[in-house]
Amino acid sequence: MIAELGHFALVLAFVVSLVQMVVPMVGAHRRDAQLIGVATPAALLQFLLVAFAFGALLYLFIVSDFSVKLVFDNSHSEKPMIFKISGVWGNHEGSMVLWVLILALFGALVALFGKNLPDTLRARVLAVQASIAVAFLLFILLTSNPFLRLDPAPFEGSGLNPILQDRALAFHPPWLYAGYVGFSMTFSFAIAALIEGKVDAAWARWVRPWTLAAWLSLTIGIAMGSWWAYYTLGWGGFWFWDPVENASLMPWIAGTALLHSAIVAEKRGALKSWTILLAILAFSLSLLGTFLVRSGVLTSVHAFAVDPDRGVFILGILVVFVGGSLALYAWRAPLLKTGGIFAPISREGALLMNNLLLSAAVASVFIGTLYPLLLDGLTGAKITVGPPFFNYTFVPIFVPLLCLVPLGPLLGWKRADVKAAAERLIAAAALAFIACLVTFAFAYDGPWLAPFGIGLAVWLVVGAASEIAWRIRLFTTPLRESLYRARRLPRAAWGTSLAHGGLGIVVAGIVGVTAWQSELITTLAPGESAEIAGYTLTLERVGMRDGPNYEATVGVVRVEKAGRMIATLTPEKRRFPAERQEKTEPAIRTNGLADLYVVLGEPSDDGKWVVRAYHNILAPWIWIGGAIMALGGIMSLADRRLRVGAPTRARLRAAPAE
Amino acid sequence: MTRRQRRATFIFVSLGILGMAAGLVLYALSDSVTFFYSPSDVVERGVEPGERIRLGGLVEMGSLQKLDDANVRFNVTDFVETIPVTHRGVLPDLFREGQGVVAEGAMQQDGTFTADKVLAKHDENYMPPEVADALKKTGNWQGEGAEASHAETYGQGSYP
Repeated sequence: MIAELGHFALVLAFVVSLVQMVVPMVGAHRRDAQLIGVATPAALLQFLLVAFAFGALLYLFIVSDFSVKLVFDNSHSEKPMIFKISGVWGNHEGSMVLWVLILALFGALVALFGKNLPDTLRARVLAVQASIAVAFLLFILLTSNPFLRLDPAPFEGSGLNPILQDRALAFHPPWLYAGYVGFSMTFSFAIAALIEGKVDAAWARWVRPWTLAAWLSLTIGIAMGSWWAYYTLGWGGFWFWDPVENASLMPWIAGTALLHSAIVAEKRGALKSWTILLAILAFSLSLLGTFLVRSGVLTSVHAFAVDPDRGVFILGILVVFVGGSLALYAWRAPLLKTGGIFAPISREGALLMNNLLLSAAVASVFIGTLYPLLLDGLTGAKITVGPPFFNYTFVPIFVPLLCLVPLGPLLGWKRADVKAAAERLIAAAALAFIACLVTFAFAYDGPWLAPFGIGLAVWLVVGAASEIAWRIRLFTTPLRESLYRARRLPRAAWGTSLAHGGLGIVVAGIVGVTAWQSELITTLAPGESAEIAGYTLTLERVGMRDGPNYEATVGVVRVEKAGRMIATLTPEKRRFPAERQEKTEPAIRTNGLADLYVVLGEPSDDGKWVVRAYHNILAPWIWIGGAIMALGGIMSLADRRLRVGAPTRARLRAAPAE
Repeated sequence: MTRRQRRATFIFVSLGILGMAAGLVLYALSDSVTFFYSPSDVVERGVEPGERIRLGGLVEMGSLQKLDDANVRFNVTDFVETIPVTHRGVLPDLFREGQGVVAEGAMQQDGTFTADKVLAKHDENYMPPEVADALKKTGNWQGEGAEASHAETYGQGSYP
C-alpha cells in the first residue's frame, strides 16, 4: 500500500510540476497576478508530494519490504540501519528520486524566501525550475519506477554492494546531488533573466548565494568521494581521473568560474552575459554528469545501445535543456545591456583571467572524458585516457591560475596598481621561495617539480593571509585597531581568504602524495617484519572477526619507529556472505603530516600473507584543505550582505479587467 | 588605453589561452592514451614490447599461481589465444578465475605480459565491456544481460 501511495504521489507531483511550469510563465508574460500567484503554492505542493514519495521509499527500505523490487535488489534484513537508509539512494531509481527531492526542495525555498524578488522574476524562476522537475519526474515514471512490486515476494534481499556500505560514501551522493541540483537554481535564474531581458545587480545578488551553496555542496561531495576512494580502495590514491569523478569535477570548475564572474556582475555590472552563459554551462555539465553516470554509457557505448530507454531519455533531457537554453541565450543575450568598462589590469581583469583559465581547464577534462566514448562510437577503437593525459593538460592550465590567485583580491576595481599589489605580496613571495629551497634541500632526490609545488602552496596560503593582513592594516596600525578592523571585516572577505588558503593546503597535499609516496609490497609470515619510510611493520598474527553482516580476516600489525612501539594497525579483509563479495579494509595511522597505510592481501601457499603498505606524505592535508575551502564557502554564505540589501518587493497590481 | 586596445588585449589573451589549451590537449592525446587489446589482437596485430597497453579477457580457470614475494601469475584468455601475465602486488577484491579482467602494463620480449595494474570490475553478472566485446568477436560470448551496467559500482571497484 505504501509503495502504491508513493508512486501515486510521484504522479501527482508530475501533474503539479506541469501546472507550475506553464501557468506562472503565462502569468508573468501577461502580468496577471492571479496566474503568477500559482507559482508559490505549486512549488510547495510539489515539494510535499516528492517528499512523501521519498519518505515512502525510505520506509520501505527501513522495514525491509522485499515485495518491492528495488528493496529486494539493494537491501538485506541483516544490514545495519544506516546502510538500509543509504541503500535508498545507492541505486539508480532511488538516487533519481533523491535528485528530484533536492530539486523540489530548492524550488520550495525560493517560493518561501523569495518574497523580495520581483514577482514576475520569481514566477519565471519557479516555472523554469518546474520544467526540470517535469523532465526528471517523467524520466522516473516512465523508465525508472522505484515502486515496482515483486510477486511472489522473496524472503530475503540480495544485499547492497559491500563497497557502498560505508559511512562516508553513504552521504556522498546527497552532497553531490545538492551541488548538481543547486546549479539548477542558478540555471533557472539565468533563463528567467534571459526571458525578462534584464540582468541587474539585484539579480546577481540572488544568484550568488545559490552558486555558493551549490559550489559548497559539490566541494564537500567531491572531497568525501575522494576521501572514501583513498581509505577504502586500498591503493593509497585519492583521485583517479575516472569518468565518474570527472563528471563531478567539471560542474565544480564551471561553478567556481561562475562564483567569480557573478562577483563582477554584481559589483561592477560587467560580464553579465558571460555570467549567464556560465550559469547555463554549469548546469549543463551537471546534467552531463548525471547522463554519464546514469545512462550506462560509461561502461560502454554499446551498453547504452543495448538498453537504450534510460540513456536516450536522459540524452533527450540533455539536448532539450542545453540546446534550448543556448538557443535562448543566442537570441536574447545581445539584448542585455553591458556596462562597467575596466582596464586589463584590474580586479575585473583578474577575475576574467580566472574565468578563462577555468574554462580551459573544464574543456581539457571534458575532452579527456568524452574523447574515448566518441572514438569508440565512431571507429570502435578502445582507448583509455588516464592520469598522464590530465597531467599534461589540466596541470599546466591550473598552475598559472594558482600563481594568480593571491594577486586577484589585492587588485582594485576598474584600474589597478600592480606595483602596490605586488608589494603587499612580498612576504608571501619570500616565504614561498624559502619553502621551495628548504624542500629542495630535504628532497633533492625526488621529482624536481615537487619543491615548486610546495612553494606554490605556501604562496597561496601566505598570499591569502596577506590579503587579510592588508585589509585590517596589521603591523601598520596599532594591534587594537587591527583587531577592531578584523571584527568589522565582512564575512565574505574571510570566506575568500579561507577558500584560497584551503586551496593552497590541498595543493600541498596533492604534491606530497604524488611526489613522495613510498610503497612496500611484501609477503610476511606471522612474526616477520618489513621496513617502510623508517617504520618497522611486524605482522603479529592473523585472526578472524565477525561483523554485523560480514566476517573479517584481521591482520594485527605492530608499528615501530627506532625501536619504539607507535601503534597497532588492524587491516581487514571482509567477506559479505549475502552479497558473495569481498572488500579490503585498509588500516590508516595518521600523525597529521603523513599517513601510514596498511593493506592485508591474500594468503600465499606457504602460509605467508601479502602485505601492502604506503607512507603518504601530507595526504591528510588534501581533505583538511578541502574542509577549509568548504568552511570558506560557509563563511561567505553567512555574509549579511547576501541577506540584506536585496531588492525591495515590487508589488504587481492585479491586471485591470478588460 | 583606448577601448579598441582594451578589446584587442582581451581577445589576444583569450586566444592565447585557448591555443595553449588546444595544443596541450592535442599533444596529450597523441602521447598518453592507452589502447585496449584482447589476447587475439596481441597475437594478430603484434605489440611492441614495452609499449603501454591494456590487455583484457577472462582469467583462465586454474591458471592463478602465487609466487614468492607477492608475485602472482595468471593467464588471460579469449578462448582463442592465451597470454601469461605476471603482477606484483595485491589483486583487487573482485579478481576471480573464470571472470573478466583488464591488466595494464606492457608485453615483454619473452611473450609474457607484465601488469602494474590489474582491474577487475564485475560480479556474477557484469563484465568489463571491452572484454565482453572481445569475447563476442571471437564467438565465445555467453549470456545476454551480462552487460547490464552497474552504474553505482562503476569506477569504484575498478582500481588496482
